[in-house]
Amino acid sequence: MANLGTQENPLLVAIVGSGPSGFYAAEALIKSDINVKVDVLERLPSPYGLVRSGVAPDHQKLKQVIALYQKTAESPDFNLIANVNVGTDISIEELCQSHHAVIITSGAETDRKLGVPGEDLNGSYTATEFVGWYNGHPDYRNREFDLSHDVAVIIGQGNVAADVSRILSKTVDELKHTDIAQHALDVLAESKIKEIHVIGRRGPAQAKFTPKELREFGELADCNSVVRAEDLILNPESETELQEKSNIASKKIYDQFCEFSKREIDIGKSKNCFFQFLMGPKELIGSTKLEKIILEKNQLSGEAFKQSARGTEETIELEAGILFRSIGYRGVPIANIPFNDSWGTIPNEKGRITDNNGSNIPQLYTAGWIKRGPSGIIGTNRACSVETVECLLEDIAKLDSETNKAGAKAIYTILDRKNIRHICYDDWKKIDKKEIERGKLKGKPREKYTYIDEMLSELK
Amino acid sequence: MTTIVTDNCKNCRFTDCVTVCPVACFHYDDEMLYIDPDTCIDCSACIPECPVQAIFEGDDIPEDQEHWVEINAEKSAALPVCEEQMEPLPGAEERKAALGF
Repeated sequence: MANLGTQENPLLVAIVGSGPSGFYAAEALIKSDINVKVDVLERLPSPYGLVRSGVAPDHQKLKQVIALYQKTAESPDFNLIANVNVGTDISIEELCQSHHAVIITSGAETDRKLGVPGEDLNGSYTATEFVGWYNGHPDYRNREFDLSHDVAVIIGQGNVAADVSRILSKTVDELKHTDIAQHALDVLAESKIKEIHVIGRRGPAQAKFTPKELREFGELADCNSVVRAEDLILNPESETELQEKSNIASKKIYDQFCEFSKREIDIGKSKNCFFQFLMGPKELIGSTKLEKIILEKNQLSGEAFKQSARGTEETIELEAGILFRSIGYRGVPIANIPFNDSWGTIPNEKGRITDNNGSNIPQLYTAGWIKRGPSGIIGTNRACSVETVECLLEDIAKLDSETNKAGAKAIYTILDRKNIRHICYDDWKKIDKKEIERGKLKGKPREKYTYIDEMLSELK
Repeated sequence: MTTIVTDNCKNCRFTDCVTVCPVACFHYDDEMLYIDPDTCIDCSACIPECPVQAIFEGDDIPEDQEHWVEINAEKSAALPVCEEQMEPLPGAEERKAALGF
């Protein structure tokens, strides 16, 4: 048989997940100088992962990254097999039989828990659920969020926390021309929330927003951004951190907090968003649903850049009807793939999946958040996927080039036998076009379909 | 909003930024990198990557660097895309030190 990666014997790769890492892996494979056929499997009928269902609707420009993924998808060596759940509809073992290599890019689908009593009370939610809901993700379509209270609390000070807080802070007019799902806009229009508390366990010098996201809070139509001046007093270690020239992002964030602290509260605005620091939830209290939160004050300990927050036992109470935790994502395990439960990632070495003894498992690779944990932004995944693809291509001589691999055909046989409706990229383009048409009528970039059946019925 | 490469990149060209750009919008010549404003999505992933803080966005562009907006647009249109990280230019480390980083 001809060498693997030639025209007669192309390298067949299955990628599990069509978010940024999946697309960057596909792009790197297709752009390499060997012959490849890439099959990307996606659980939903719609591709693009968190670019579609994570990136906030009022950040449309970021979603333009999809244009690059579309270019990859138009390659004759690319094939999308969507609406297929790897692990239940088809197994990793079956993919290893039909393809020379499998890259798992399934991302980090769930949230880290706070680990405090009352966390599961009605009214206490994950940022993931809320973000998925307002972005029209079918998994979260039927979630209900009760916004009839005055006070909402967000635990965490990263960009997801910023997105959730900003969506709660904005008016309907600020959102109605975005691609926010209509069901979410309708509920937000009735929101009674007046106070939004964004709470970080460390100080204002350690908040993890990007400067740009924080700046947006200074431009809200009907919401003040409030920081108390006394909360901006820094310990010497934090002063040192901000003086370090390479730490310019933290300096910009701190300066932005200072600017907020000097602003007069505009009483004409109906909402206030409070940024608060050095506190963590100790307990969530309520009889049937969340009524108040016990917050413990923290202090920092450790040297500059390694400071951690420790509870001081001093507590305060905050009455609140709704809480969102946004303290990091976690990957979920896939059947028969090793999983590091404390990190929520797949153990790997530069993208080569390793077993419990640290040895590489032939054929299996990973990239993106499930490989390295939920850090970085969209572009970070490009370098991550490129690294994985480089390893895969280095290993090409070790991959089985003799056995006849059927590629996509074998997948279709299995899915058809189980009567599973799978959709291809051209099918998705029809759904995409419909969504854009629906959006046009309302002056939105698109109106997403939020039920899987709705999407599939567009293909009949 | 525009994101641009400015003075500090000249004669350094570390290209750390290129590895995190989601849309491959960096272009290069023998001296430095330039951002194509039509491709860039202003995600700002590149900004913290630059070891000499040569990249600025919109409101943060220092007044004395504003001329780079036009230069980035013009140069990027005519130059090749920088797809992956390259070796920094000879003398880049010295220049970095001279710039105080």
